[in-house]
Order: sequence, then C-alpha cells, then structure tokens
Amino acid sequence: MTQPILKITGLKKHFPVSTGGVFSKGKGVVKAVDGVDLEIFPGQTIGLVGESGCGKTTVGRTVLKLYEPTAGTIEFNGEDITNLTPREMKSRRSQMQMIFQDPFSSLNPRQTVGTLIGNTFDIQSITPVGGKTEEIQRLMKRVGLNPEHINRYPHEFSGGQRQRIGVARAIALKPKLIVADEPVSALDVSIQAQVVNLLEDLQEEFNLSYLFVAHDLSVVQHISDRVVVMYLGKVMEDADKKDLFLNPRHPYTRALLSAVPVPDPKIGRARERIILQGDLPSPVNPPAGCVFNTRCWKAQDKCRTEVPELVQISAGHKLACHFPEPASA
Amino acid sequence: MLKYLVKRISATIVVLTLISMSVFLIFDVLPMDPARLTCGKSCSPAIVEGNRHRLGLDVPLQVQYGRWAKGLFVGRTYGEGQAEFTCSAPAFGYSFNRHECVTDLLKTAFPITLSLAIGSFILWLLVGVSLGIVAARFKNRWPDRLSNVFVLVGTSLPTFISGILILLFVALKFGFINAIDLGKWHSPFTDPIGWLNTFIFPWITLALAYAATYTRFTRSNVIETSSEDYIRTARAKGLSEKVILRKHTLRAALAPIVTIAGLDFAGLLGGAIITEGIFNLPGLGRLSIRAVLNDYDLPVIVATTMLAATFVVVMNLVVDILYAYIDPRVRVA
Amino acid sequence: MSAFLEVKNLNVSFPTEDGLVQASNDISFSVDRGETLAVVGESGSGKSVTSLAVMGLHNRSSTNISGSAFLNLESGPIDVISAPEEQVRRLRGKSMSMIFQDPMSALHPYYSIGDQLSEAWRLYNNGDKKAGFKRATEMLELVGIPDASKRVKEFPHQFSGGMRQRVMIAMALINNPALLIADEPTTALDVTVQSQILQLLKDMQKEFNMAVILITHDLGVVAEVADRVNVMYAGKIVEQGVADSIYYKPDHPYTIGLLNSIPRVDQLEGKRLIAIPGQPPSLINLPQGCSFRSRCTFADQVVGNLCATVAPTLDEKDSAHFSRCHLTEKQLVAARGGK
Repeated sequence: MTQPILKITGLKKHFPVSTGGVFSKGKGVVKAVDGVDLEIFPGQTIGLVGESGCGKTTVGRTVLKLYEPTAGTIEFNGEDITNLTPREMKSRRSQMQMIFQDPFSSLNPRQTVGTLIGNTFDIQSITPVGGKTEEIQRLMKRVGLNPEHINRYPHEFSGGQRQRIGVARAIALKPKLIVADEPVSALDVSIQAQVVNLLEDLQEEFNLSYLFVAHDLSVVQHISDRVVVMYLGKVMEDADKKDLFLNPRHPYTRALLSAVPVPDPKIGRARERIILQGDLPSPVNPPAGCVFNTRCWKAQDKCRTEVPELVQISAGHKLACHFPEPASA
Repeated sequence: MLKYLVKRISATIVVLTLISMSVFLIFDVLPMDPARLTCGKSCSPAIVEGNRHRLGLDVPLQVQYGRWAKGLFVGRTYGEGQAEFTCSAPAFGYSFNRHECVTDLLKTAFPITLSLAIGSFILWLLVGVSLGIVAARFKNRWPDRLSNVFVLVGTSLPTFISGILILLFVALKFGFINAIDLGKWHSPFTDPIGWLNTFIFPWITLALAYAATYTRFTRSNVIETSSEDYIRTARAKGLSEKVILRKHTLRAALAPIVTIAGLDFAGLLGGAIITEGIFNLPGLGRLSIRAVLNDYDLPVIVATTMLAATFVVVMNLVVDILYAYIDPRVRVA
Repeated sequence: MSAFLEVKNLNVSFPTEDGLVQASNDISFSVDRGETLAVVGESGSGKSVTSLAVMGLHNRSSTNISGSAFLNLESGPIDVISAPEEQVRRLRGKSMSMIFQDPMSALHPYYSIGDQLSEAWRLYNNGDKKAGFKRATEMLELVGIPDASKRVKEFPHQFSGGMRQRVMIAMALINNPALLIADEPTTALDVTVQSQILQLLKDMQKEFNMAVILITHDLGVVAEVADRVNVMYAGKIVEQGVADSIYYKPDHPYTIGLLNSIPRVDQLEGKRLIAIPGQPPSLINLPQGCSFRSRCTFADQVVGNLCATVAPTLDEKDSAHFSRCHLTEKQLVAARGGK
C-alpha cells in the first residue's frame, strides 16, 4: 500500500479582513478554506474544481506553504510540514513546485529564460551534473522550446511558450508534486491542448503527482484521476473521475456539470440545464449550515442549520450533503 | 458617517496637540538661547536673567507648555504690576521683539497669505488642468509638445528665480507696479483694483510652479482614464465625444486632483516664504522666517508652525470627505 | 429580402511602427433579426476588430477601413463604414448595441447604475431623470436583478460580476436595438453564471427579435447558442455555415483541428488530445498563400504546393457552407476521419 505523496487533513486558511480606518480593529475573516481533506498518491492527478471564491487556489498555495495554514495538517512525503518554518521548508521545496496561471505576469520580465530556469538551481545551491547551462537547455528542449533562445526575454515569447517556460522551471529540480494553478486558462484554445499534452507526458516520464486547480471542467475531466469539488471553502464531493462525471451525487456538482457547454449542437440543444438562482454568497459571511443551501433547489430546514459532514457514500466516493442526488444506473 | 467624523476630528485634535508639543521640544533642545539674544553688546548676566524671566523661559518646559496651551483658550497676562497687559484669547503668546500679541501679528499677516493662496490656487488650477486636458486630447501633437515645454520650465524654475525674473523684467520693467507700492495691502472689499495690482505677479509666480505639476498630472490621468473599459462602454452607448470627456473621463481623471490640490492649498496657507519675500508681502511666510532667522522669536515661531500644521491637518479631513463624496467606493457604509 | 446586417469585403488594418497590421481581411457575412451568428476565433483572429468596425468604434484617423457594412433599417439602409461619424454615432445604443468581455470594469465607478442606464435611455428618448430611472428599473427587472427598485440607486462596486453583466445587457437593450453584438460576454464569468447569462441572452433575443452576433473562443458556448458560425483565423473567415454542418462536417483543417483538440466533459475515454502544432501568426507580413499552412497537417496533400503560393478563396463547398481551403472534398473527408 503506497503512501500518499500529499495528505491534508482539516485544512483551514482564514484571512482577516479589516474594515478600514486608523483606529478600528480588523473585523471579520474570509474563510477561504474551511476544512479540506485531500490525498494525492504518486503519479496521480487530483483535479480541484470550483467557481470563484471556492478556495481552490488558496488550497494550492497553502499546500506549498506559500500561505501559513490557520488550522489542520499538511503531510508531504510522509512528513508533517504544517509547522515548519520558511527556512526549514526550503530544503523540501525542491520536491514541491508550482505552475502559475498567468504566463504574462509569472515570469520576471527583466530576466532571461536561462536565468529564470537557472534560479531554481541557484536557490537550492545545486549544480546539475553536466553543467547548469546544458541542463537548462535540455529542459527547454523537453518542454518544446528552442534551446538557442536561452538568452531571450519573456516578452519575446508567445503566451503558450511562456507557459512552457513556467513548466520547465517547475520540473527543473525533479519534484514529486506539482501544484498547477489554472495552467491553461489564460492560453488560446489551440495552445491549451499542447500544454495539456506536455503535462501528461511529463507525468508519465517522471511519475509526477499533480494537484490540478481549475475552473474548466472539460480540461479537469480530461487530465484528472480523481476530482474534488469545492464551494465556499468546503469540499462538496470527492470522487473518482468517471464516477463524478457519470454519477454526480451532490446537487452543486450536478448543477455545475449541467452548466458546462459541450461543443456539440445536438447535445447542447437537448440537455436539461439546471440553472442556479442567485449569486455566490460573500466568503466573509458564509451561510449557516450547508454553505450551498442558499442556491440549492432542494434545500430544507436541516440544510440551513446543520453542516453536512464529508462522508463516504460508496467506494472512493465522498459527499457532504444531507439529501444526495439519487445514484444513476 | 457621524461616527466617522467624530473619529477623524478626535484624531485631528490629537495630532495637533502632538505637533505643538513637538515644536516646544524641538526649540528647547536647540542650543540657541532666546534670552541671550534679546540684548545686544552691553549685556550683563543680570539683564539676561531678567529677560529670561520676562520671556517666561525660567520655568520647566511642561509649565511653559501648559501656560501656552491655557492661553489659547482664556488669554494670557504678561508682566507685573503696572506693566501688566493681557493678550486676549486665543493667545498665541507675546512677541517681545515686536511688542505685540502674537495673535495680532497673525491677524495682520494672514489676510495677505490667504489672498496669495486663493489667487494662485485658482490660477494654477485653471491653467494647469486645462492645459493638461488639451495636452491629453492632442497627445503627441504640437499642443502636447508645447505644454511639455511649459511643464519643464515650470518644474525646473525655482520660485526664487522665476519670481525675481517676473518682478524685474515684467512687473517693474513695464511699469505695472511701482517699486514703492510693492507689497502694499489693499483690502479686496474696499479697493479691489489695488488688491489685484499687489497680488497679480505673486500669483503668476506661484501658479507657474504649481500649474506645471498639475498639467502633467492631469494629462497622464486623462490619458489613462480614456483607455478604461467604461469609456468604451460610454462610446458604445452612443454618447458624443464631448459628453464622454466632460461627464465620464474628467470626473474620474480629476478626482485624485482634489486630494493633491487641497493639500497644496493648505501648505500655501502656512505662508509662501520666498514669494512673499520677493514681492515684499508681509504675510505669514515672512513673519515666520523673520522670527526664526532674525529674531529667534519663539512665540511667533510656535504660532506660525501651529497655524500651518492646523491648516494641513484640517484640510486633510476636508479632502477625505470630499473624495468620499466623489468616489462612492471609498464611502464608509 | 435583405438581412438586417450585411457586411461585404470588410478590411481593417492599423499602421504601426512595425508595419501594417492586417487585422481583418475580406470579411463578408450577414445576420438577420432573430438569428444568432457566432464568430469563433482565438487571439489575433480579428473577431473583435470586425465588430468594432460595424459599431464605428475604431479611431478613424488611425485605422484603415474599407468595404461596407449595411444596416438595413426601416428608414433605409445605412453603410456604417462610409457614413459620417455623427450619423453612425446616432445608431450606437439605438439600432445596434455592444457588450464587452469584462463586466467588472465596464461601468463607471462614480455613477449609480440608475444614472448610467438612464443616460443611455435619455440620449434617445425625451424624458427627465425620474422617467429615466423608471425605465432603468424596468430593464433591471427584465434582466432578472432582484429588488430592482432599490438596486437601481446603487453603485457598480456593490454588484457581483454576473450581476454587472446583466446590467450591461440591460443597458445595451434599453432602446430596443435590432442588433446586439456580444464580445466574449461570459469569458470572465463562472460557468454557472455563464449559463444564466446565455439563457438571458436567448430570452432577450426572442423578446426583442434581435440579430445577435456572439464573439467567443469557446466552441461549447457556440454549440449552445449559435444558428450560424463564422470561424476566423489570422484575420480571415476560414469557414462559414450553419452550426450543425460546422460541427458535424467541418470543411477546414483549422476547424477540424480545434474540434479534435478540445476536451469534452462528456467524453470520458481519456483519448489523447490532438493539438494543433505551432502558434497563431503575426498579423504583420502574413505569409504568401494560406495563412494556416504552417500549422496545417494536411497541407502537403494538396497538389502542386498550392497552399504556399495561392491564398485560397472562401468557396461554397456544400449548401450554404463555405470554406477557405485548397483540399478537395475527398481529402476533407479523410481529414475528418472518414465522416
């Protein structure tokens, strides 16, 4: 039984919100992540989905200790890293990396590609076998960039190419886990497939684990092994990919799936669409009981008062709902 | 809103109190001894000590401060016996150099500084903002380049040069002013022409320096605002360019100017030392510089500093309230 | 019977320091009332540029526009490309409206929603501020904003993204335009909100019998709402036709490539995506011949190396189905995988 490469339990991240003014104390907290459990095994991709304000990006950043968790535990590679100081974290960071969403702002415009990728070695005081420049060029080639462009600046590359630089930077130290935060959302459609394929190839080659944070369910469906659905800081459903997409048990997941457009006019016309009413509640003031109750079409009194626990309802399928949708055939 | 005002006003009072204390402390720490400066060559220690007592400097610092603060509210009595006299509230002290209550000195000097400030303010706002709008509208064409020259000149010429140049080569040379009449005070209510005559060139001198900054600021704000999405929306609605500029672009672009302009104005109210000096205007600037450099007249120094600080702090509050009125995002619920 | 909007041979180019950017080239299409035309393309395809030209939103002094775009109004046809600017301005917000991508920044932060809506209405209708606000409230109710009479006095920052887009739609429709252009209206919104907005647009189209042009890069959205589709690449229309035939019988390698490269929520087999190689081209100094050639996996099948030398024209390959490609019918069938 292999050990998970990442295991988070009861993870919480609250941000204090001050209401301004010199003499006023901070009032209220944004409960960005409010109790999340997650496991990722080696070579596995977990898709973390949800809409704005659901906390998925915060989970990704907290897992890497870019934010200090407010509560809960983070175990990486069998070690509890929850309370490690930044200095202690440094040596672990070579094993856990991140790919960012915006290829335009995540690269320092004043550094060449060679410097951007080379920094990862310098920070960890590692000199690659065979020389740093050679290794950088090798990485560039691996991600589909021309190694001769090593001295070019980010603005000389297209969006898709810049994202490849980001990928090269992330795999340079041969990490075990990569948190990919919306890695293809900012790219043109015809380029997205290129980067998705690249990520899949790299995963196979290096047995990488991905925490794939995204709002685009089509891409998540394609790349993930398991999918976790979040809403307002809490996990709604956690299941095997096929199970989630064929047999969603949570009303929110059902609504989410029915809203995703499919590039097929006949299906598009025939589909029964569940249209959620209302707006996302403010994360400073989440609803009592089940956070989804204000927009759920089957909400009852119990939903407004009792928070549903995340329980296992079938093999490998967890759910947080008082009145789950019936299982499909 | 009321709670916010109360909080801000209390903060203002605290700041002013702290400033007044700091001023006292600073001048106490400085190695200059006002008592010794009061008498000339024929000075004996006895006279110095006598003067020190008369100036009220022979008591501890906190007592000095306490007396001064009390004087603000109830007035203050000086001297003993027959030579006794009172400065009525708000008493900022007594200037032994000038033999006058400081408050009276302020009362004479302030209208001059106020006239200087108001006129310059209006002039630099009108010129600076209009030029900025024109420059933005005709970006990279000749009106823009011309205004750029103006900005360069205005920001690089210090007032002590521009003021003298204007005085010598415009005002006096072309006979707009007689040297003798320079700086003569005419009340704007009884002799508006005279008032204008006295202040027009000082106004131009000051406005030149400030307008340049405002031109540059307005220009960049208008250009930036013009590329905002909501301007594109306004255009898509079918509004004419004129209406878009007036109602949409300017409102957003000029809002930050409220803050800056208010504070610049408040700063001027404390006195424009150089300009007043060049044009012989006996305003707060001259009063304060004389008190510091020539006489070391502590009561006057404290008073002018406090007055200048009060203007700035109060204007801060006014500007914040104004800005909240303009920009609904800033409003406290 | 002519369609409401008829665009013929529209060209838009911008002179820049690096050269002439040919943003859109030889664009011809039409849209009628009650119809939805989707314009699909990626960045640099020219999809927005064309619509901005129709709306007259380009800066005439720095843009070269040629061709024609006729609005066939009841009072007679007007060519917005050649008509005087003032005349075109008076059509904006009245006969034709446009909504844009990012609702968060599309409203003036200092004026209330009611003010901004009422301004749009009072521009073309006689009425005082009170009447304007009344009309604004009606429109807010129509687009589904709860508590409209209270919210009409509020400011943009008090609305969420989805709500703001509804407000934008209300503002665009307040004068009953015959043509609505929606440029990526849901790209910046969550998928559940996107669903709401697309449904709203469909309802509004029915209500006002409008011609709708929907610009997007999302082929899923297109499948949901479009009657007809223009696929654009490098400033040209490369394929044009009814939605069903574009999706089920695509006649251009770019369209085929796109359809093969996007993952679908309903396809769980985990087949590898077939990506289109390369990058979108620069619009300055476009290569001779077909603009798509460098990324086309079928270009070498064409006899005589035509793709490199001769720019293909938009030809009718099937009934009302046009494509700009040298491949023969048989080669296209093979490209589609035998369909």
